Order: sequence, then C-alpha cells, then structure tokens
Amino acid sequence: MNTRVNLAGVELKNPVMTASGTFGSGEEYSEFVDLGSLGAVVTKGVANVPWPGNPTPRIAEVYGGMLNAIGLQNPGIDVFVKRDIPFLRQYDTRIIVNVCGKTMEDYLEVVERLSDEPVDLLEINISCPNVKEGGIAFGQDPRAVEAITREVKRHARQPVIMKLSPNVTDITVMAKAAEAGGADVLSLINTLTGMKIDISRQRFALANKTGGLSGPAVKPVAVRMVYQTANAVKLPIIGMGGIATAEDALEFIMAGAAAVSVGTANFYNPRATVEIVEGIEAYMENHGVEDINTLIGCVR
Amino acid sequence: MENRTKHQKVKLAAEVLSQEELAMGVFSMWMDVGEMAGMVRPGQFLSVYTKDPSKLLPRPISISETDPKGGRLRIVYRVAGEGTREFSGYRAGDSVTVMGPLGNGFPLDSKKKAFLIGGGIGIPPLLQLARELECDRQIILGYRDELFMDGEFAPYGPVFVATEDGSAGTRGNVLDAVRENHLEAQIIYACGPVPMLRAIKAYAHEMNMECYLSLEERMACGIGACLACVCKSTEVDGHSHVHNKRICKDGPVFRAEEVEL
Repeated sequence: MNTRVNLAGVELKNPVMTASGTFGSGEEYSEFVDLGSLGAVVTKGVANVPWPGNPTPRIAEVYGGMLNAIGLQNPGIDVFVKRDIPFLRQYDTRIIVNVCGKTMEDYLEVVERLSDEPVDLLEINISCPNVKEGGIAFGQDPRAVEAITREVKRHARQPVIMKLSPNVTDITVMAKAAEAGGADVLSLINTLTGMKIDISRQRFALANKTGGLSGPAVKPVAVRMVYQTANAVKLPIIGMGGIATAEDALEFIMAGAAAVSVGTANFYNPRATVEIVEGIEAYMENHGVEDINTLIGCVR
Repeated sequence: MENRTKHQKVKLAAEVLSQEELAMGVFSMWMDVGEMAGMVRPGQFLSVYTKDPSKLLPRPISISETDPKGGRLRIVYRVAGEGTREFSGYRAGDSVTVMGPLGNGFPLDSKKKAFLIGGGIGIPPLLQLARELECDRQIILGYRDELFMDGEFAPYGPVFVATEDGSAGTRGNVLDAVRENHLEAQIIYACGPVPMLRAIKAYAHEMNMECYLSLEERMACGIGACLACVCKSTEVDGHSHVHNKRICKDGPVFRAEEVEL
C-alpha cells in the first residue's frame, strides 16, 4: 500500500500535514504525537521581525467552529531559524515554513533567510484576514497575487506554496494568478472572515471585531473550493478547512487535493493528525486501494 | 515563572463521582481520574470537553482539590454558558473527557506568612493551595453575595470574608477585609477577577510584598500552541519574544510584576 504523495518534487510519506497557526512549530504537540508519523509539519507564520499580534480576546467559539484573530503573533525569523528549525529537524518529517509579511520586502527577507536552511517547502500566507496590512491585502487582487508569487519565486530556493483566501468571489481567479506567477503548489482554504456579537455585553466577542472562521462548519465550502481549483489549474493542491477525521481528509483528496492539512481539530484533539493518518490507511485497506494517488481528484 | 519542570499531560474519559450545587450556579464535581490525580499541583487546570460536537473547544477549569491516593480530583465551576451548563447536569457514573493537568500552578516553596486571596469563582483553586502550603495562612475570600467553600478553608487558617452587599463579613472587597481586620503578611497568592487582581498587585507593590496572581482568558488549545490566551507581560516572553506570555502554558500563575493588568 502506498501512501506517499509528491508536492513539487518533494515526497511526503503520507498526505497528512498540519495547518499553519494551529500547531506552533510542533513542540507543544510532540507530547501527544510522533511528529515523524506526519507527512509534513507546516509551521505557524513567521515574519522578518517579531509580531506581537492582536489584543485579547483573540478567539470565540461558534456553532461547529471557532473565530480567531490571533494576528500572526510570531518570534520573527531569527529566533525561528535558531530554535524551531533545529527542533523539527529531529523528526523524520517534511518541514514547511509558512511566511507572512506586511510588505513585499518583508516576505522576501524571510524567503531569503530560509534559502540556506533545511526547509522543504515555503508556504506564502497571502490570506490572513486578521492583520490590516499585508496578508490578505495581497490575496484578494489577482494582479497582486501574481506579482508576489513571481517575486517570491525569484528569491526562493525551495518550491513555493501560495496559500489562498476563500474571501473572494471566485477562488479560481486567484489560483490562476498564482499559477501564472510561477507557484509550485496551492494551499486552500485559509479562514473565512466572520463576526460574533456578545449580546449580554452588547460588544464584539473579539477585540479585533472580525476573525477567521475555521472548524467543521467551513468544510463544505473548502471542499467545493478545492474541487473548483483542481479543475482550473494544473498545480498540486493542499486542501484544508475543517478536517477533523480521515473521512473529511478523504473528501478533500477525492475533490482533488494531493495533500491535506489538519487545523482547528488539533485544538480539541491533539492526536487528530495521527488518527487521520491511521484512518486513511484503514480506508485504503478496506477499499482495496493500492496507491493513494489514485484517489486524488477521483470524483469528477 | 517559566522553565518549570515539564510534567506530563493526560487526556482521558473520567468517571463523574459526585455533583453538588454549592451556591446559585456554582457546582462542585469530583471525578475519577486515576494517576492524573497524583500529577496535579495547586493552581493547575483541566481542559474539560463537552459532549456536544457543535462545541469544539474544551473549557479551561481550575482544579480545586486532588486526592492522589483515591485517584480523584475536584473542580468547582460556575455555569457561564451552555458548555458549563452541560457539565452541571452530569451525575455520578457519567463520563467526562478531560485533559490535564495544564499550566504551571502556584509555587509552594515559600514559608513566609501568607494571604490566600480568592474572588468569586477564583476561590476554588486556592483550596488545594491552602492544603499544601506549610506557612502561616490567612484566607480572604470575596463574594458578590452568596458564600461557598468558606467553611472548607477553616482547617488551614483563619478565614475572612468580604461581600459586595455586606450580607456576610466585611462590606466591600477583599482588600477592605484585609484592612478592616488589620491583617499582615509577607506573601500573597491570589485568584479572581481582573479588577481584584489589579488592586492586589498595587497593594503588594505598595507593601513591598511578594505576590502571585492566577489569570484566566479564553483558550483554544490549552497547551501553548494557538497563542489565543496571551496576557501583556513586562518581560519579553520566551515563545514569541514579544511581551505576550501564554496564560495556559507560562501561567496561569504569574509573579505580579511579570504581568500588566
């Protein structure tokens, strides 16, 4: 039985990875999960300098999901390179670094700093809905998507994943723009912008007023977008959005995702990732699937 | 308060042993957690999971007592929403999924004469602390109106009560009770609402006392990864190198000078 998948020439032992921002750099979860059993660890977004993030409250629970507005708090690339990469290197897993920035120069600085590091892929976050500058500002305009993709590709040593926002009218327009800019892989979806009001206090539940909706509530939207994108571009896709079980992951794979990321589920089930790896293997065994690659995009 | 010894965390289905309403909306639940009971330090908390799949996130609830020999521990919590309402309906024999123990807990090494100050639903975690501290303990408990657990502290030191409506003890807050009773100490351990902790921090500074505060915030993961439950810290934090300590992992107990309230 083969569970290996390939992303732009990088082979993963299985298609299950972590969604950026839900798994830190793996250290906190290493108490619950053998990181070496995952296809890849995708780190929390890292910028050129430390970012303090947003005021609290930063999260709110909603029906079947949660809103977050962490605001990309991160230690900056210097600490990340010294501390987090060596930590992840201890495990037999692929390392994917999520890169965030406020300006084009910020992104490129991080990408260049990572060029000599033992990192397998870069994931460029142009879709965070919770920071005013950068992030989503790049992700909602196809010309900006193409331009930043092209610049990042010019500076990157590793293959580049562009992480797309669902907060657009037609995600395939952004996907095609990233493809035109030279992206190697696409990942989708980031969170959907949402809002919750605390009616007892007559206030917004989040200090940031709006936040990104994630969790099982967003899964059907994400599956649809992965399907549309898979049919619009030739690039491999990392699918995510509300994946909590192997069944969820298989939906994304059948819709066209070559790999899947587990996000919010980590927060309420620290072992979600490994349970999904095991569940996919069990499905393959029960359904006589020899090679997981035959399931990718099998539903048309 | 960082760099404490790493302790293991366990996620398990515990059996509810008892459930009792101590005051309006305040419940006490004992649960059978096996070996986890022996891993708990005063001031640590549990992630408690609802059975409703539409509610994803565990509720962080402080541990008020632990009984390692009996393999059981106790939480005392206020019904604040649908999740805690569900917990309050559990009866002996029901199961409840919990993860813990989480957070750092209070330091136990000082022998200084102490104030243990609790406000409202911040009172419960002080009970295990009162049991484990070996110093001279004075316990000051603040309530809006209805008292709970005050009698349970009596074996560990004199108990002073303050109520906002003056129905019991000092009318006013916990510091009014300290002043009215002319109490003195060298160290403070406190848990309660932010305005109370802010006042205690100022008092400790003025009196030049060592002071430890237990904080709370909305949490998602409970283990330090999601960065939802940060508080403003005076020092640069060890994780993100900004001024945001994680309440779930670097805390919930902080030295008063360590945090801005």
